[in-house]
Amino acid sequence: MFHVKHDSFDVVVVGGGHAGCEAAHAASRMGVRVALITLDPAKIGVMSCNPAIGGLGKGHLVREVDAMDGVMGRVADKAGIQFRLLNRRKGPAVQGPRAQSDRKIYRESMQAELALLSNLTVIAGEVADIVAEKGTITAVVLADGTNVATRAVVVTTGTFLRGMVHIGDVSYPAGRMGDDPSNRLAARFADMGLPLGRLKTGTPPRLDGRTINWDILEEQPGDDDPTFFSFLTSKTDTRQVSCGITHTNARTHQIIHDNLGRSAMYGGHIEGIGPRYCPSIEDKVVRFAEKDSHQVFLEPEGLDDPTIYPNGISTSLPVDVQEAYVRSILGLENVAILQPGYAIEYDYVDPQALNLSLQLRAQPGLFLAGQINGTTGYEEAAAQGLVAGLNAAQHAVGAAPITFNRSSSYIGVMIDDLTSRGVAEPYRMFTSRAEFRLSLRADNADQRLTPLGQEIGCVSGIRSDAFGAKMDALSRGRSALDAESWTPREIMGAGIKVSADGGRRTSWDLLSFPNVTFSEILALNPAHSDIPRDIQDQLWRDALYSKYLDRQERDAAILKRDEALLIPEGFAYDDISGLSNELKQKLNRARPASMAQAARIEGMTPAALSLLLVRIRPLRQEKLA
Amino acid sequence: MDTIYALASAQGKAGVAVVRLSGPAAHDAILRLCGRIPPMRHATLCRVSSDDGSVIDTALVLTFAKGASFTGETSAEIQLHGSRATVAALLVTLSKIPGLRLAEPGEFTRRALENGRLDLTEVEGLADLIDAETEAQRLQALRVLSGALGKKTESWRTSLIRAMALLEVTIDFADEDVPVDVTPEVIALLRDVTASLVQEVAGFAAAERIRDGFEVAIVGPPNIGKSTLLNTLAGRDAAITSDVAGTTRDVIEVRMDVGGLPVTFLDTAGLRKTDDLVEGLGIERAIARANQADLRVILTDGSVPDGVTLLDDDLILRGKVDLVGDDGPGVSGKTGQGVTGLLNHVCAALSQRAAGAGLAVHERHRQAMTSSKAVLESALDALEMGNRPTELAVEDIRQAVAILDALVGRIDVENVLDEIFSSFCLGK
Ligand SMILES: Cc1cc2nc3c(=O)[nH]c(=O)nc-3n(C[C@H](O)[C@H](O)[C@H](O)COP(=O)(O)OP(=O)(O)OC[C@H]3O[C@@H](n4cnc5c(N)ncnc54)[C@H](O)[C@@H]3O)c2cc1C
Repeated sequence: MFHVKHDSFDVVVVGGGHAGCEAAHAASRMGVRVALITLDPAKIGVMSCNPAIGGLGKGHLVREVDAMDGVMGRVADKAGIQFRLLNRRKGPAVQGPRAQSDRKIYRESMQAELALLSNLTVIAGEVADIVAEKGTITAVVLADGTNVATRAVVVTTGTFLRGMVHIGDVSYPAGRMGDDPSNRLAARFADMGLPLGRLKTGTPPRLDGRTINWDILEEQPGDDDPTFFSFLTSKTDTRQVSCGITHTNARTHQIIHDNLGRSAMYGGHIEGIGPRYCPSIEDKVVRFAEKDSHQVFLEPEGLDDPTIYPNGISTSLPVDVQEAYVRSILGLENVAILQPGYAIEYDYVDPQALNLSLQLRAQPGLFLAGQINGTTGYEEAAAQGLVAGLNAAQHAVGAAPITFNRSSSYIGVMIDDLTSRGVAEPYRMFTSRAEFRLSLRADNADQRLTPLGQEIGCVSGIRSDAFGAKMDALSRGRSALDAESWTPREIMGAGIKVSADGGRRTSWDLLSFPNVTFSEILALNPAHSDIPRDIQDQLWRDALYSKYLDRQERDAAILKRDEALLIPEGFAYDDISGLSNELKQKLNRARPASMAQAARIEGMTPAALSLLLVRIRPLRQEKLA
Repeated sequence: MDTIYALASAQGKAGVAVVRLSGPAAHDAILRLCGRIPPMRHATLCRVSSDDGSVIDTALVLTFAKGASFTGETSAEIQLHGSRATVAALLVTLSKIPGLRLAEPGEFTRRALENGRLDLTEVEGLADLIDAETEAQRLQALRVLSGALGKKTESWRTSLIRAMALLEVTIDFADEDVPVDVTPEVIALLRDVTASLVQEVAGFAAAERIRDGFEVAIVGPPNIGKSTLLNTLAGRDAAITSDVAGTTRDVIEVRMDVGGLPVTFLDTAGLRKTDDLVEGLGIERAIARANQADLRVILTDGSVPDGVTLLDDDLILRGKVDLVGDDGPGVSGKTGQGVTGLLNHVCAALSQRAAGAGLAVHERHRQAMTSSKAVLESALDALEMGNRPTELAVEDIRQAVAILDALVGRIDVENVLDEIFSSFCLGK
């Protein structure tokens, strides 16, 4: 897979992080010639921050990537050393799979996955320039002057554009700890007139697990019955471990408070905006002064690695202060710091400059994915990588774009949010961002997306077969449940509460009752025990929300109508006299593709929307007054 | 964009008629008609002539600059003497000016909407205002026009988004130490909004009456003076009166303004036992209609008429009181005795109901409020009984917001997250 001489390619992916790996893998599944160019191929698949994949919203994204036959889910399953399904006590729509990963296994498995692809070439190098002739992408240029010819480029450089690391009052240019930044490409983007902004994020100090007093700490084990990311995984691949839990205390907070002036964030060294949901410990102590304790998870970074990631205390305080506050925490009294925490500040491209296929509106053939678009997180990066990779391949062969919409995937929600609203802080996925979340569940990602993957041809035969078998089993099960009905007496006999004078009900109806699970159905009709366990569970999940799904479908139909109200590219917002200048500016920046997108622009008022609507539609003849 | 014109005041003979122009060529048209463009917003007396130089009228002309007019466009108003001929002459002259055309019905308002001078609920209010015949209707229309409905909805929305945010925090940040139990606050928020919705919906009946008119039925045995009373109220012969019992067989309506309220008085067939099929039908209809009315005035000859079950707020009066010389409560259409008292009573009784009028004025408003109330009750049920998972309660609230949004705006999840982040310490 490593070549010295470079052929020409259909798609060049710049960057070997989570977005880059997924983009390269996706483009390669589409059958085009792909090159992945990254600074150091040995670091492909490195997890820059926490050693975990998934979570609420994020786990959904990984499942969706997997449903399209992407790579992240399978690799995360391989590397998983502790699996937990979050929100187990709530309904399946808001449950999210999460796993601690062994960093090394993750990186190696990712590299192994890419090595399997015969139409993928990995090239070591820094991309310094992107060449377009008469508006068409022709090549990328490496820092050593090498030209790599290509039809489409996906840039996934993460935090590397003009990256700047801060620890206390020390700061230096870096893409992340131990890597050089990517400044030439940043300068190139500035030259292209792309709207650039500055964001920041932080990471905690890494601790030496051998110096932690585990005996006095609370243990957090994984689930007994692990939930995997990939629809193709059925068992763990490695030994499973627990995490530890400890807490900050009043003394920790005092130390941090006394040294706030020395924090890079608070000392005024950083201008970028950080994520509110991943606040540094400095942030927490200042903003929530009334709390005298915060939870800290101690997460192992690998099976044969003593490094511990203390989740919850990211910081940009000087090293000596980090040491002092960490050691004030229970169980960490004698801990050794292996690598200090730091903050990183970097350039991002305002994603409002992109269209729904993550292609720059101003430069066809140039796609951006991952943290460069103002997001944070591996899963967000991977999901964008998938979209950009598929579309770069489509672009290279002159095929129509593949887009995802809000009513059928979290991927669609994210891309729509990014491109229509832009970001005010690093964007992370939450289940509450998805208004159709009862139907967009992690458990049915394959039912929602694998057919699309099959249609566009990015799904392997193995997955197609497994999916086909599952869908057959589901539809057989569903028919069986629909085909039988029971009297109230029989139903009550199975322990289900119904009113005695009601009519007959089908098994499917009963399964949609709150508090009814498949075991009550089995009590009614033991013959259903030949439906496999996982199919029983899935039928129950599908039934549980069925009453609400009708309503969501109606709302989705309304959304589709709004999405169909297209706003012409280049529409002159400035000519609408009733619009405030502020809204005009926002609309000009976001260039919404439809009324549905316009409605989501921050600060949009009903009055402004009706203004816009009457302008884009031929004047209606109906009477208003 | 065309420049439009139309007669803005009512058709027909009047002291003054107003012709309105709106659009880019409005001021050029004034220049052409008057030989000059008067200063903006200064009523100026001008001689208005047609193209051949003949004078149409001497009129008061007002001009408005773009951005400072009802429609938001360059516009003008010509107040001329209100004869049909004068108005017709001006309209013909205007029709010959290139770029000008007669406005379609509602087009001025639509332009105001397009130019951001009004939002949709305000347009509804404006339409009501133009239709207003009575003081109560005018005040109600103004309330809608001023955006009170939008503001109220916004305050519900704020509470509901807060409630969603509180619940979302327990979903999306399950893994973090969110300490407080949010349910009591959510329940309190939902109860508040539900109560407020119930109140507004309860006021709908009154608001609808204010818009469409209250009905007051006059009921009683034959020949008790119902029709005479109605005619006196109407100040004209609306109903045929005779001494022959059973003259009124159909329901006769008279619409009037009672202390600012639109009221329709109904004269109904006299109630008695009859073998006449047609009269019998009339009586049935009279009773049905009277039962639907907002208020019943029952004229008696001393006893409760056949087929009537008395209600608490029925006004019971002795009919043809002039003949009995009784000084108990009574009324006579013939002499006018007791008529003022009757009107005062009707006015007081209906005003009290009108006072309950809420912001739900149109059926569309009522429906939105009723259905959001229903989904909020379902959310409350889920939270109080704890029998359904949290995400379903959130889904109900989201639905309520969506319904209210359809009334005036739309939901924005970023609001929910904003609430979350301003209230909780989250993040690892
Ligand atoms: C300090 C820090 C803290 C973080 N904290 C969090 C957190 O708390 N929570 C969270 O969810 N996420 C966090 N993240 C973010 C998470 O690591 C990223 O969102 C995710 O890795 C982004 O993936 P990516 O593919 O966009 O970029 P990356 O994973 O950063 O990959 C970028 C790749 O591009 C390559 N590259 C860069 N420039 C060039 C060039 N010119 N030519 C060729 N190759 C190039 C690099 O070598 C690298 O392989 C943090 C990241 C950092 C660095």
